Amino acid sequence: MAEYEFPANLKYSAEDEWARSEGDRITVGITDYAQSQLGDIVFVELPEVGRVVEKGEPFGVIESVKAVSDLYAPVAGEIVEVNADLTERPEQVNEDCYGDGWIVVIAVDDENGSSGLLDANGYRQHVERRTKES
Amino acid sequence: MTPYKRTPLAAAHRALGARMVEFGGFEMPVQYTSILEEHAAVRERAGLFDVSHMGRIRVCGPRAEAAVERLVTCEVASLRPGAVRYGCLCNESGGTVDDVTVYRIATDDFFFCVNAANVEKDHRWIVEHVAGSGVSIENSSETSGLLALQGPAAEKLLQTQTTLALAGLRRFRFAEGRVDDRTVLVSRTGYTGSDGFEIYCGASDLEALWAGLLEAGAAFGLVPAGLGARDTLRLEAALPLYGHELDDETSPLEAGLDRFVKLDVGGFIGCEAIRARKAAGHVRALAGFILEDPGVARAGYVLSAGGRDVGVVTSGAPSPTLGRSIGLGWLPPALSAKDTAITVRVRARELRARVVETPFVRKVDRAGRAAGRN
Repeated sequence: MAEYEFPANLKYSAEDEWARSEGDRITVGITDYAQSQLGDIVFVELPEVGRVVEKGEPFGVIESVKAVSDLYAPVAGEIVEVNADLTERPEQVNEDCYGDGWIVVIAVDDENGSSGLLDANGYRQHVERRTKES
Repeated sequence: MTPYKRTPLAAAHRALGARMVEFGGFEMPVQYTSILEEHAAVRERAGLFDVSHMGRIRVCGPRAEAAVERLVTCEVASLRPGAVRYGCLCNESGGTVDDVTVYRIATDDFFFCVNAANVEKDHRWIVEHVAGSGVSIENSSETSGLLALQGPAAEKLLQTQTTLALAGLRRFRFAEGRVDDRTVLVSRTGYTGSDGFEIYCGASDLEALWAGLLEAGAAFGLVPAGLGARDTLRLEAALPLYGHELDDETSPLEAGLDRFVKLDVGGFIGCEAIRARKAAGHVRALAGFILEDPGVARAGYVLSAGGRDVGVVTSGAPSPTLGRSIGLGWLPPALSAKDTAITVRVRARELRARVVETPFVRKVDRAGRAAGRN
């Protein structure tokens, strides 16, 4: 399997989003595995700021040359920020998925909002299981 | 493990890190590094495609010309040995069985290059319709390989591997000779809208040719390119893809292929029906469009105009050359004129689009200058 990067300080969803907690603000993006599987990202459909999402709810869409994929909220809360740079430069998701390629910030009701997500090891195993199946 | 057929290069593709997908019943590389990078390489330098999934059906014998003339929509009598022409096999209703290229090897020896998914169907069709008329028919798809070397650097690169005089080989001409000391047929054709060659070889020579060309091509900026780039390249050139723009119900005239249909000469299967459908007036026309809003139009999305659903997208993708999303789709003829405002329904949103003339990208010359048309 290709060498994907899954930083240890992040939490992960089974739907290939990552979440980084800073107090009640959780920054969300897609993982190195997800961006690699999608290929060249050409369009990101962002949600409106202020929208309230349930955990697991589709909140946006990411498109590569060949594929269309929903983005799922890894945590419940309110979208308080979106990465508008992705409108002009969606390729930032490929180039720096854990940095400039972040997608939204979700404000959660309590600081345990990201509980139930996988840690880096758990997510790596999840990816390995799937790549073996394919 | 896999239910799909493989070309002899499957292991070579994997070794290059290709992502494999199913296409036309084959497991094929969709990309090696990046569709956008591979697309750009073909427009600016050169790309090498394994297209051995394409089929090859030979028709030869003393009555071959008459048989081929009856099978395809393009003129055959005027096709000289060493020349190749694009055309369609049509059914009696005027629908398209397949779109093909016809190669005339000799006066009485032809072969069709056909779509992978249609090899069995075409072979059956050809046998049913012309067997017993003084021809022999051979499906040599399994024993032959095909590489496409495409891009402005293709000629110079390939010239380092062959004694064939490539500068004198014009578009839609071919020659038999040796490349990398293997017997091949080199055809100045392609499915990208850039200059380039298609190299027909024996299946057992594929691996050596592939490796040799990649090695020789390194100095020219050659990269292996997958079906993802092949699709965005052919879409920029507005070349139809069977199953998207063409099928058993679609007349080639609806798809805008008039210049590949010998309507005046006639004598091919489906001619009367195609004429009758044209006389009755087609209810739809294939049109090209450019999205004016951000987003991507994809096959199956609904096209609307004036608040009414009027058509459907057959193919759509971001155009790497234009930096805009482009597409082909069915529209009523009255709405298929240049500059008509339409919308594409993308996840319940109506994205603005404008009908444009095709090809979207034209005049991709040997120096690699691609000019956007609109």
